Amino acid sequence: MHTILANTQLAPNVVRLDVVAPRIAEIRRAGQFVIVRKGRGAERIPLTIADADPARGGITLVIQAVGKSTRELAALRPGEAIQDIAGPLGQPTELLERGHAVCVGGGVGTAVVHPIAQSLRARGVRVTSIIGGRAKEWVIFEAELRALGAVIVCTDDGSYGRPGFVTQALADVLADGAVDAVYAVGPVPMMRAVAELTRPSGVPTIVSLNPVMVDGTGMCGGCRVTVGGETKFACVDGPEFDGHQVDFAELADRLGTYRLFEREALERHEGPCKIGLEQ
Amino acid sequence: MSNDLTPKERMAIDRQHMPEQDAGARRRTFTEVNLGFTEQLALLEARRCLLCKSPKCISGCPVLVDIPRFINFLAAGNLPAAAESLLSDNALPAVTGRVCPQETQCEEVCVRGVKGAPVAVGYLERYVADWARAHGVGAEQPSAPPSGKRAAVIGSGPAGLTAAGELVKYGHDVTVYEAFHTPGGVLVYGIPEFRLPKQIVEDEVERLKARGVKIECNVIIGKTYTLRELRERFDAVFIAVGAGLPVFMNVPGENLKGVYSANEYLTRTNLMAAYAFPEVDTPILTGKRVAVVGGGNVAMDAVRTAKRLGADEATIVYRRGKKELPARIEEIHHAEEEGIRFEFLVAPVEVVGNAEGWVTGLTCLRMALGEPDDSGRRRPVPVPGSEFVIACDIVIVAIGTRANPLLTGSTPELKLNKWGNIEADERGATSIPGVYAGGDIVRGAATVILAMGDGKTAARAIDAYLRGS
Ligand SMILES: Cc1cc2nc3c(=O)[nH]c(=O)nc-3n(C[C@H](O)[C@H](O)[C@H](O)COP(=O)(O)OP(=O)(O)OC[C@H]3O[C@@H](n4cnc5c(N)ncnc54)[C@H](O)[C@@H]3O)c2cc1C
Ligand SMILES: Cc1cc2nc3c(=O)[nH]c(=O)nc-3n(C[C@H](O)[C@H](O)[C@H](O)COP(=O)(O)OP(=O)(O)OC[C@H]3O[C@@H](n4cnc5c(N)ncnc54)[C@H](O)[C@@H]3O)c2cc1C
Ligand code: SF4
Ligand code: SF4
Ligand code: FES
Repeated sequence: MHTILANTQLAPNVVRLDVVAPRIAEIRRAGQFVIVRKGRGAERIPLTIADADPARGGITLVIQAVGKSTRELAALRPGEAIQDIAGPLGQPTELLERGHAVCVGGGVGTAVVHPIAQSLRARGVRVTSIIGGRAKEWVIFEAELRALGAVIVCTDDGSYGRPGFVTQALADVLADGAVDAVYAVGPVPMMRAVAELTRPSGVPTIVSLNPVMVDGTGMCGGCRVTVGGETKFACVDGPEFDGHQVDFAELADRLGTYRLFEREALERHEGPCKIGLEQ
Repeated sequence: MSNDLTPKERMAIDRQHMPEQDAGARRRTFTEVNLGFTEQLALLEARRCLLCKSPKCISGCPVLVDIPRFINFLAAGNLPAAAESLLSDNALPAVTGRVCPQETQCEEVCVRGVKGAPVAVGYLERYVADWARAHGVGAEQPSAPPSGKRAAVIGSGPAGLTAAGELVKYGHDVTVYEAFHTPGGVLVYGIPEFRLPKQIVEDEVERLKARGVKIECNVIIGKTYTLRELRERFDAVFIAVGAGLPVFMNVPGENLKGVYSANEYLTRTNLMAAYAFPEVDTPILTGKRVAVVGGGNVAMDAVRTAKRLGADEATIVYRRGKKELPARIEEIHHAEEEGIRFEFLVAPVEVVGNAEGWVTGLTCLRMALGEPDDSGRRRPVPVPGSEFVIACDIVIVAIGTRANPLLTGSTPELKLNKWGNIEADERGATSIPGVYAGGDIVRGAATVILAMGDGKTAARAIDAYLRGS
């Protein structure tokens, strides 16, 4: 049992959960995730470890409530508990040794990019973060990232920071030169657009893929993605890959496998769907 | 009826049939197909055993269950003694009685099989085991006094559970680490309820816990802890992580929506109970037409599961012929009775799909049998121009598994063979002192009883190691 230490609303439908998981807090590294199962009958779902506090034995999960499982987790109050948390899983981020890294976070992906930026900064790499959201209230982790370097905020509706997509801001930063690596985490179309943007200049671009997972340990193959023409299991070989090699179209397509089920689960959970699941 | 029968009288009894759920009814339910012998059937079948002086059957059993001994007690109506006898040889007879490939083990060599049907050793084993479970008999053997030594077991499949049970009996302090949220290994995530009720595994786990075995789920050795850390914290380690890496066909279209590995398909259904969606949260695609590639127990479990999940047409696609099918004979019979289709001598070359990325069919080639290969079986060779399409909306790949490198890959000093399996000697000792291994991670995909045998052998070796002899 993993007790909830705190539940903080970060944006509409996005919460930060601090949860007791001492061993994972102690050894996790940037880029790794956990598999969470709330309790009997619940799904096993993957969530990135956004931060950890080894002294308190806590890990931070940032959850976007998109479907039944994530909504149930997001509704947990301090003192309540998650039954199963397994990890840390996946390969840690391949970190740049020195130079200048740009960390691009879209929506809840900003929470995932945060530990990467933290680790880069800790080794002395200069970090510029470009983070985006639909509107001002969707922008998360801005203060945390500001503590690590320059931050450019973009909103789709222009209600805060630069109007437009993160890719436009990234194009400007790239044009200024001296970017040694780009780390991009967010919705699949965003990561694909970032990879296309850096492809001509060949700036190494690492993306964090989010296929559907079951075990997270390499035994089901459900998380398979095509990278450089080869099948990889994202849970053990990734979840981060060379963005220039990823077959994003296949990933986006496979993510739709359970769409009808997801809708049904949500409707049973809270009545007819109002938010729409399409990202 | 007395057990004082002459051999002739014994020979006159025919093999008893296992009562089963009607094939029509069971197609849609996950409850167990075999209903188990009644007392009358069990006694009759037990009396068929000739109680041979040098019983061949024992040599056919990988853990050398003293078969005539427990059968003789059973035939005499002394069930407590039968249970004691069986359980002292085999920790999980309720499992092996159900899933052992008896026809290639104990029953294959039974003398009664020479001129007719062998004694139904598996059914009798199951009968005695179920009786013992129902009456709480024979389960508790005394433990040795605490040794003060600690042993870790990695993986809670049949190898790990057996080793844990033996090690506590020897007086050691045992902790089992399991990657999943539920212990049991393939017994819970792979083999379906209709063949092996999960309650049996749950009860066994509870029994081990009651004896003091600690089971920690959600711990992945190689991730949560390294093997080296365990080696430091424990006096000995037994590795029983199974052979869990699914092999795919490597043909075009394999990443279309609707293609599953058997591992994923069965895990979603068994461990996550996806058949009960939306009562539970894990979904599974259900198809009207399902093609399962492969011919082993895993393929049979997948195809029969597909039928139960509502497929009108569920087909086994196998590249050799019927007599080469590696699955247990009983599973093949049951599959046939349940209306499973078989396409023999057929090899898939491509999964085809529609514009939305959903599977619509499996393109295959017909095969002919050529020269024998390394395994002594005739090698299937494609017939030119024989391409055809099996229309289907789900494809399940059940062509084998390999060693999962999660643990072994993080421990370079652990010696592996060229297939990535751990090298262990006949006592289970690996290249690292104090570290033992057994089950599928050593043998490659094998059987429950062999895994259990390895667990028992390694536990004995670990006990000797811990006592410094
Ligand atoms: C390595 C990894 C790290 C992730 N980190 C985070 C994170 O830090 N925060 C966060 O909010 N989300 C994260 N996700 C995504 C998160 O796991 C899914 O949003 C979640 O499983 C959806 O469950 P649901 O029942 O709420 O929604 P559903 O109604 O089931 O699905 C909504 C969406 O989630 C996708 N999805 C469904 N099941 C899974 C699954 N088992 N695995 C992956 N995706 C699934 C669906 O394709 C769909 O697009 C991560 C995914 C991966 C693979
Ligand atoms: C669908 C199916 C049907 C089968 N049918 C039969 C049958 O009818 N008869 C028969 O005799 N055999 C059958 N088998 C084969 C049999 O189940 C296996 O040979 C047997 O289970 C192997 O036992 P094991 O203990 O070595 O490993 P497993 O049962 O595979 O258990 C290994 C356990 O270790 C855990 N694990 C893996 N990695 C780690 C790690 N790094 N850290 C912690 N835990 C870990 C796994 O989650 C798992 O629980 C079948 C197999 C399958 C898949
Ligand atoms: S354990 Fe298996 S092989 Fe041995 S006697 Fe029992 S059924 Fe036969
Ligand atoms: S070989 Fe057959 S008949 Fe003889 S003891 Fe064994 S089970 Fe009985
Ligand atoms: S989630 Fe099962 S193999 Fe990756």
